Amino acid sequence: MTAFLEMVNVSKVFSAGIIRRQHTVAVDDVTMTIDEQSPSILAVAGESGSGKTTLARLLLGVIPPSSGEVIYRGQSVDDLSREQRRTYLREIQPIFQDPFESYNPFYKVDHVLTVPAQKFQLAATKQETSRLIHEALDMVGLQPAETLGRFPHQLSGGQRQRVMVARAMLLRPRLIVADEPVSMVDASLRATILESIRRMKQELGISVVYITHDLTTAYQIADNILVMYKGSVVEAGSVEQVIRDPRHPYTQLLVSSIPQPDPSLPWGAEAEIAGDPESMEVAATGCKFVDRCPVAFEPCAGQRPLLFHEHPSRAAACFQYDKSPALEGQNLDVVFEPQLKSQSSADPQKSATIRNPPTSEGGL
Amino acid sequence: MNNGAVLSVNDLRVYYDTDAGTVKAVDGVSFDLRPGERLGLVGESGSGKSTMALALMRLHKPPARIAGGEVLLDGVGDVMKLDVDGLRRIRLDRMALVPQGAMNSLNPVMRIRDQLADGIRTHEPGDTRDDLAERIQAQLGRVGLDAEVGGKFPHELSGGMKQRVAIAIGTSLSPSVIIADEPTSALDVVVQRQVMETLRSVQEEIGASVLIVGHDMGLMAQIADRMGVMYAGKLVELAPVHDLFTNPQHPYTRLLIESVPTLMAKRALASIPGAPPTLINVPPGCPFHPRCPSAFEPCDSEVPLPTAQNGRVVSCHLYPGEAA
Repeated sequence: MTAFLEMVNVSKVFSAGIIRRQHTVAVDDVTMTIDEQSPSILAVAGESGSGKTTLARLLLGVIPPSSGEVIYRGQSVDDLSREQRRTYLREIQPIFQDPFESYNPFYKVDHVLTVPAQKFQLAATKQETSRLIHEALDMVGLQPAETLGRFPHQLSGGQRQRVMVARAMLLRPRLIVADEPVSMVDASLRATILESIRRMKQELGISVVYITHDLTTAYQIADNILVMYKGSVVEAGSVEQVIRDPRHPYTQLLVSSIPQPDPSLPWGAEAEIAGDPESMEVAATGCKFVDRCPVAFEPCAGQRPLLFHEHPSRAAACFQYDKSPALEGQNLDVVFEPQLKSQSSADPQKSATIRNPPTSEGGL
Repeated sequence: MNNGAVLSVNDLRVYYDTDAGTVKAVDGVSFDLRPGERLGLVGESGSGKSTMALALMRLHKPPARIAGGEVLLDGVGDVMKLDVDGLRRIRLDRMALVPQGAMNSLNPVMRIRDQLADGIRTHEPGDTRDDLAERIQAQLGRVGLDAEVGGKFPHELSGGMKQRVAIAIGTSLSPSVIIADEPTSALDVVVQRQVMETLRSVQEEIGASVLIVGHDMGLMAQIADRMGVMYAGKLVELAPVHDLFTNPQHPYTRLLIESVPTLMAKRALASIPGAPPTLINVPPGCPFHPRCPSAFEPCDSEVPLPTAQNGRVVSCHLYPGEAA
């Protein structure tokens, strides 16, 4: 059984400068699998400069990895034939952050729906195309009559972003990579978009990689999470474990910094003791968080910590947990919970046509 | 000046004249800013919150215009009636702005210390060179920046440091009123917290009152003493922050709080049906009535007036009572 999409020791290094060449490791050795038998929502969380968007772009095939491989259905994305690449580009759909820049203001919003429908030959007739578009708009809670035929500026930011979700859904992808899909949408409309992303998993069996800086929305919609810091995965596992009981000092800092919408729950004690949170400098050796870490001890400055498997569904890259075994091959799959539950709750009619029966094989 | 408020806003109206019609961005907003308090003002994009914040210092830009109302600053009078000289005298000295996105408000070709010196020298000439340097250094220290930051240019600083510089400039003359317009938007959560706590400590140190405009309910819950909610150019509710979160009165406030995801429990995310109105075509009656689950007869025809009770104000027909 070949997996849908695998990242095997994927790294991405950006280089800049001619005389003094500077290298930035945006993604540092990530190994994981996205499996289509058990669709799940994986949150990739981190702050600016953590490499989360680079990870998304690697998954989307927009940029090639510097080392390691992205493997689509058993074949490296670099080696896909024209026809295979076409399927790959249909099966993995992006949703971007800015619902304003994703549109050409001179075209009606219909354009972003009809063009992909034609290019990927989703339907034989115009009527069929129109039916698919209506279905996709319904799915995200938009009235086709009030949406189609309008120009982007006539829709609100929330509506524009929902059309983008509908566009992604229209192509019946196996994976949606959503990069901060709600960070520019108002609070009252944010929930609708997140809810439609959740429905994609539950009703259509589409896996989602949800890139975000916001751990609260990640907690609400995702099954699993990986937390990135300066390109490295510092903690990964189920959201229950990682967000409710974080083990890496960086994740702990992030969680305690979230302002809770409840005045009786003040910010936790300041965990950080030193260091500039926005510095982009990375020590050549040792843990990347060492200069800001309140619990740093001897080994931390000397070598990079591996991801230690200190809980069945959680791993943390921190020497505090080096009594636990390191993840084999640093492969994250073992800490991610398979999400087979969604199979039973899914609409049987819809899921029957688009999803294969679950197998006993593990994976994401 | 009534009841000792530092700043008293009465029926403020700010309109934009556009080809498509008059946009009532701020439509009859009244509130008092009390001495030493942190008043949070939340609203979604297009609710008029930023327009109002800027208009309080008459920093709004055309086509926005003050269409009515007064802003009484303690010891000064109506800011809306000041002439250019009068405005220049109170800005920074009595009322200061900490702008949104400090990256765009700092001068890119001026060292940080010169940008700090600019305001101090204008309002309080007479410092010797050494005194000024000392003041600048102290001011940077107050916001948690090293003295060496003074010699840098804005592009050499991170977003959080730039925002701290903006706070340092805004508080350099110990104003009695600070208007902070989304002071931490675009910052990461760890830095956001540090900048907010810096703003709080400086504000407490100089005893200023601060109006914090934002959209993040969580941040407001952490920082504000009282909180106002704006919708379609109107202040629909104003209450002590604890009361507002435990017992929101206006249906919009309640739905807004329910729509905020938390780490407490996983639940179906609530959202408010419909979309905020464009301010050219505000619905008649209560502007929220088309989206309101509790709307009844008067809502689509009569504009609810603010009513005051137990130190809180709400504009909703569900709460008839004494006019505020």
